[in-house]
This record gives sequence, C-alpha cells and structure tokens, in this order.
Amino acid sequence: MSIDLEISRRILLKSMAASAFVGLASPLRAQTSTPRRGGHFKLGVGGGATSDTLDPAVWTTFMQSFGHSLHGYLTEVDNEGQLKGELAESWESSPDARIWTFKLRQGVEFHNGKTFTAEDVVASLNHHRGADSKSAAKSILSPIVDIKADGNGVVIVELKEGNADFPYLLDDYHIPMMPAKDGGADTSGIGAGGYVLESIDFGVKGTTKRFANYWKPNSAWFDSFEVLAIHDATARTNALMTGQIHAMDRCDLKTIHLLERNKDIEITSIAGTQHYTMPMMTDFGPFKDKDVRLALKFAIDRQQYLETILRGYGQIGNDHPISPSMRFAATDIPQRGYDPNKARYHLKKAGMTDLTLDLSASDAAFPGAVDGAVLYQQNLKAAGININVVREPADGYWENVWLKKPWCTCYWSGRATADWMFSQVYATGTKWNDTHWSNERFDTLLASARAELDEGKRAEMYREMQMLVSDDGGAVIPVFANYVSAMSRKIGHGKIGSSWNLDGYRSAERWWFNEA
Amino acid sequence: MGNVWQLMLWRILLGLLTLFAVSVLIFSGVQFLPGDFATEVLGQAATPEAIDAIRRSLGFDVPAYMRYFAWISDVARGHFGTAFASGRDVAELVAPRLANTMFLAAMTAAFAVPLSLTLGLLCAVFRDSWFDRAVSFVTLVSISFPEFFVAYVLVLWLAVDAGLFPVLSDISSQSTLAERIFVSVLPALTLTLGVLAHMTRMTKVSLVNLLDNQYIETARLKGNPEIVVLFRHALPNAWAPITNVVALNLAYLITGVVVVESVFVYPGLGQLMVDSVQIRDIPVVQTCALIFAATYVVVNLIADVVSVVTNPRILHPK
Repeated sequence: MSIDLEISRRILLKSMAASAFVGLASPLRAQTSTPRRGGHFKLGVGGGATSDTLDPAVWTTFMQSFGHSLHGYLTEVDNEGQLKGELAESWESSPDARIWTFKLRQGVEFHNGKTFTAEDVVASLNHHRGADSKSAAKSILSPIVDIKADGNGVVIVELKEGNADFPYLLDDYHIPMMPAKDGGADTSGIGAGGYVLESIDFGVKGTTKRFANYWKPNSAWFDSFEVLAIHDATARTNALMTGQIHAMDRCDLKTIHLLERNKDIEITSIAGTQHYTMPMMTDFGPFKDKDVRLALKFAIDRQQYLETILRGYGQIGNDHPISPSMRFAATDIPQRGYDPNKARYHLKKAGMTDLTLDLSASDAAFPGAVDGAVLYQQNLKAAGININVVREPADGYWENVWLKKPWCTCYWSGRATADWMFSQVYATGTKWNDTHWSNERFDTLLASARAELDEGKRAEMYREMQMLVSDDGGAVIPVFANYVSAMSRKIGHGKIGSSWNLDGYRSAERWWFNEA
Repeated sequence: MGNVWQLMLWRILLGLLTLFAVSVLIFSGVQFLPGDFATEVLGQAATPEAIDAIRRSLGFDVPAYMRYFAWISDVARGHFGTAFASGRDVAELVAPRLANTMFLAAMTAAFAVPLSLTLGLLCAVFRDSWFDRAVSFVTLVSISFPEFFVAYVLVLWLAVDAGLFPVLSDISSQSTLAERIFVSVLPALTLTLGVLAHMTRMTKVSLVNLLDNQYIETARLKGNPEIVVLFRHALPNAWAPITNVVALNLAYLITGVVVVESVFVYPGLGQLMVDSVQIRDIPVVQTCALIFAATYVVVNLIADVVSVVTNPRILHPK
C-alpha cells in the first residue's frame, strides 16, 4: 500500500512537472468529474418545521431531500428526464393502459434487513389510499381500483381508466417504498435507499449514514449525509460561504449577483416545472369574456417580469402550464408578447374601452408576487386597463384568497407529466381548478390522450390542449421559475436533473466530493 | 422576614391566575386566526376530504370551549397533550427547545449582566466624563439597530471575514458543553448588545440620583472611602430599580429572541412557537405561551424578593 502511494506520488510529481509546460488546469479539471466515495455532505434547505414527520404522506421541503436519501421508489426520472426503473425493474401495461404489471428488482434489502417484496409495494401504495388517508398523494393514487401481489416479485395495479403515464406518477416524492408491517406500511424511516436514518430533530436537522448493503451501484457516494433546516436565505448563504454547509436550495435572487462573484461557489439554475400564475375565475364578471382574458394576457411584459421578479433566473411562459423542459411541451406554439394595442383591440371586441379590476396578491403565493402585480399594473395602463393590487395577508392565503377571490396570484411547483398537471388544475370541475375553466374539447382530448400509448398521437393531442389553455384558459402565466441552488466547488456532480429541485431531490445519491 | 414569605405566596397565587388568563387569551386568539390546523398544514394541497380526515382525527367536531377545558384540566395534572402535527408528546417536544433557550439566555446573562452593572457603576462614578459619554453612545447605538442587523454585521465581521465563529448554531443533543458555548457565541453577543443599554443606563441613573443625596454626603464626610460609600450606602437603595430592569431583560432573553434564533438557526423555543402558530398547532402554542408567561411571573417575583431583601427599609418597616 505504501509502495503504491509512493509511486503514485512520484508519478504525480512528474506529471505536475510536465503539466507546468502544458498548463496545469486541464488534468486537474478532468479529475473533478470522476465520482469518488467518502465525506460528510451537509445540505441546507429553506424549509422544515417541528411539524414534519417521517410519514411520506405529508412530506414538504425538508423531508423531500431527506426522505429521498432514506427511501427507494418504484420508478425514477433520471437526470436526462428519462423514466427508468428503480425498485421496479420493468413494467408493461394492457393495451388500454389500464392494468399495469410491475416486475420488482430482486435481492433488494431494507435497512432493517428485510427483503423487498411485492407485499411492501402493496402496503406502501395502500398507505395513501382509503377514506381516512391524509396523504397529499391520495389524488394521484385514487384512480387505482385494485393492487395485487403476484408472488413475491410481481405487482399488478388495476386502474379505473387507462393512464399511459402511470409509471411516471410513481416517482412522486410522497410514494417511497416502505417495509410492510402489521398490515400497514412502516413509517419509521426504514427504507431501501442509499442512506440509513441516524437521527432526526424535526425543524432542525436530520443525519444519515451510508447503507452498506445498498443495491444500486455507482451512487450514494457520501459516507454520511445531513440536512439542516435553514429558513433564512441570508443564513443559508452565509453558512455556504463559510463552509458550514456544502449546498443550499432557494438562493435569494435579490443578492444572487453578489454570490455569483464568489469563486468557491457554483450556482446552478435548472429549468424545472414550477411556474407563477394569476388565475382568473372564468365564470366571474368580466372574466367570462374570452377577449377580456386575452386582453389581460397581451398586456403583460413577460420579459420585464422575468428580469425584475426572477432576475432572469427562469423562462417566459405562454399562458399554459407545460414547461419547455417537459415531455410533450409544444415549443412551436407562437410566444405571446407584450402588445398593448392587441390588448386594446380585444378589450374593444369585448365591448369595453376601459376596465378596472382587483388583483389579490401576496408573497405567500411566490416571492415577488406583490412586486410582480405592481409591475403588471403599470404594463396594463398602456392598454387602458386599471387594476387595484389588493395586498392580502400571507397568513391563511391559501385558505382565504386562492380559490375564493376572482383574480389572485398563485404558483404551481408543476407536475411530472402533462396529464397530471392538466387533470389536477385545468380539467372541468376538479377541486384545484382555480380558473373554473371548462372546455369540452379540452376535456375530451385529456381523457383520450391519457389512455393513448402512441407517443406521436399523444404529442399532437397535448399540443392542442396547450393551445386551448393558452388562448382560452383563465390563467395568466408570465414565467417559469428556475430552481436556483448553490453549492461549494468541492461538490462534484453530473448533469443536474430537472424533475424536482436539487437534482430530483437526489443530491445525496448523485453528487460526490471532488477531494477529501 | 415574615412578610417576604407572605409576599411570595400572594405573588404565586396571582401568578397562577395570570397564567390561567393567558391560556384563555391565547386559546381564543388562535381561534380567531384564519383557518385551522387542517387547512394550514395542507396549504395549497388541501382537499375537502383530507381536511375532514384531519379534523376528525383531532376531534375538531367538539366545541372549542370544551376542547379548552379538556386541555387545561390535563395541564393541571401535568399533561401538556400531544402535538397535532407530529403526534408527539408536547412536553417531549418542548423540553429540548426550552433547554436550548435557557442555555442561550444564561450565557447572554453571564456576559451582559456583570458587564452592564460594571459599566453603569463606572458611568455613575465618572459621570459626564468622556468614558461615560462613550459608553452611553455605544450602548445606545447598539440598542437602536434592529437585532437582525446587529446579527448580520457580527456574522459578516466575525464569521465570514474573520472566520472565528460558526454562522449556524448547529446544536444537537450530542453536543458537548464546549461546543454549545462555541456555537452560541454570536447569538449571545448579539443579544448582549441588545440588552446592554437598558441595564447600563438604569444602573447609572439610579446611582446618580442617590449620589446627590444628603446621606451620601454625610457618609463621605464621615471619612468613608468612595468605594465604601458606593457599595454600602448607595447600592442597597439602588438594587430595587436595577433588579427590576435586569429581571425584565432576562425575561426578554427567554421570550423575545425569535429573530436572533432565526438568523443563527438556533433551535430555541421561539422558533418552535412561530412554527406552531403558522400551522395552528394549538397544544404546542399554548404550552409555549404558558412557559413565556410563567417566565415573566417567576422573574418578576424574584426581582421583587431581591429588592425587598436588599433594602432594609422595606425589609424592616416601621
């Protein structure tokens, strides 16, 4: 061992001498992209409260990253955006996409030594179903009629109606695989993920150490992983700059130009699915008129909104919720620009010369919502539309304002699939349809696209749906906000996935330390 | 001494009454907030079924006043209930946070109280000197800036630039005492700067008022050295106002430091209470409120006892 070290040191010295002539940087940089094991990775996230629990049914920010280190999922959206099997090795569906058969990976072990089998899948999925479920994933899994284990290695899921995207939904962070226990799922934090729970102090921090028997090769590089709840963005940034944490989420966009100057820190800006919206109720007063809605959509300066509210860290939206990074995004639909004349034209077509409206805004919807509303107010003046920006209290915003006031500010973190996003927010009569929009053609397309297994036909249908929402729907969607995170240059990583924040919440599994 | 015990007993009874009133106020106050635990914890993701499921499981179908009486009778028996969100015992949730808060308060007090008393004393003795003016200026400046600003400046100087202390107060149950002290230096220093002015000025003012009295003049004319005049004749009469101010500041260090906790991510009681108010986790909010109220009651009681015991004129009334 010592001889090896000695040789490698000599080789290193020689190669350093050689590289003095050709330039030192290139061999060193090549090294950084090779993953290596070891180290204690500390991640600071802008969330976490004493009310967090290990039960995935109600996970939020803190547990999203922490929980992903503990648990495995049936499927995984990889860093290229492709769906692949994780604990499910492969799957196939009936021709109508209604009955799904999952073949499970063999030889996978939970942290407590139990072998992962079909009964665990059944228990983990059933955990979110049933009348008394408090799970946020209940609506995703409600189309399930029956879940059956076929031996130890196969699970058969029967849906009410065909859904070609069903395997995508199983990547949702609420649905990890937990060991079956006493007829239910064991929610004590025992999983089949790369790290074993060591300690957790909810609202403060959680620590894990690497699982020795983790099945997945070339992943979970760190010896141990720790997540700290740091709500204050300044505190998060300071902790990163002083090396107390190695990575953070949700950079403060107001000061990010200063952080960019720090050579020890890499800022990653990932175009994901989250978007800011201003839903108007299409069954209320002036919003009933499609031309009024179009006037409002033409009268927002999206570029200015992006530059001002997001400091450029995002992409402009086209009044539909399918982000350019998503499957079936129809990027060929013409982009709507700021055009006060067109806005006036549509207003006139609706039989009006001027219009006064209330827009309820609060930074509870998204950071900068109130500033954004004021910016919009100025844009709208050029089109002869006056809006009163009603500043609503952040406390209780989702309870008292959203879905209650005719026009407000809102955000969506986005969904993994177009069908999911459309079904939850834009289909007629769903609970979260905050625009009360109802379009027969859209609903028909949505249902047929869901069960369609031909990708080309699906793409065509989703294109039409995006156009319908954009032209006829009730939401002004000015921007998609990027996931803006920062990390120490000590951290190495491949391409960063965009399915969720922080590399699909899998930073502990996918990243590594460049040097000890 | 008899009347001291009487006073304490009377104060304890009044204190219990205060705590009861506080619990009623907090409970009804939380009822007035928009939404309840079910709606707040689900946020945008709320569906009527999920809200119903949570409400049923927590027994929200029982009228509010009955829930209150059930809770208060449990508290009287020493049970603080279970937190809505985590289902854990409130006492178990609160205890480590309370210990952290007490630790920070004690550490700050250990810096701030001797420092401010000494400064106050020196300012009284050397009043109107450049020293007096400088202390007065510096303490006033430090109290005038909001705490988060002072905190950020200290972070910038001592943590980011100098690298002396950590930015985060990364405390866990495994931390040793030395680690705890080390990571708590910056928050303690911030709080010290916040409470220094008040105590220093009160010490100075009470002494200055006394030092102009004729009996002090008499003591000096007897030939006592100035230090004896100060400690034996002036201070006993000044303790009452000083202990009152010290007591109020100590109570503040326990109850009012949520901003500093937030900046340094210090896992204290204030952060726990704010978290719990946001999701309307009433058992936790109530318990925190009771602790805060009890802090004021106890600290004021101690201040009163100290001012009685140190002042012969009150201790032995004619």
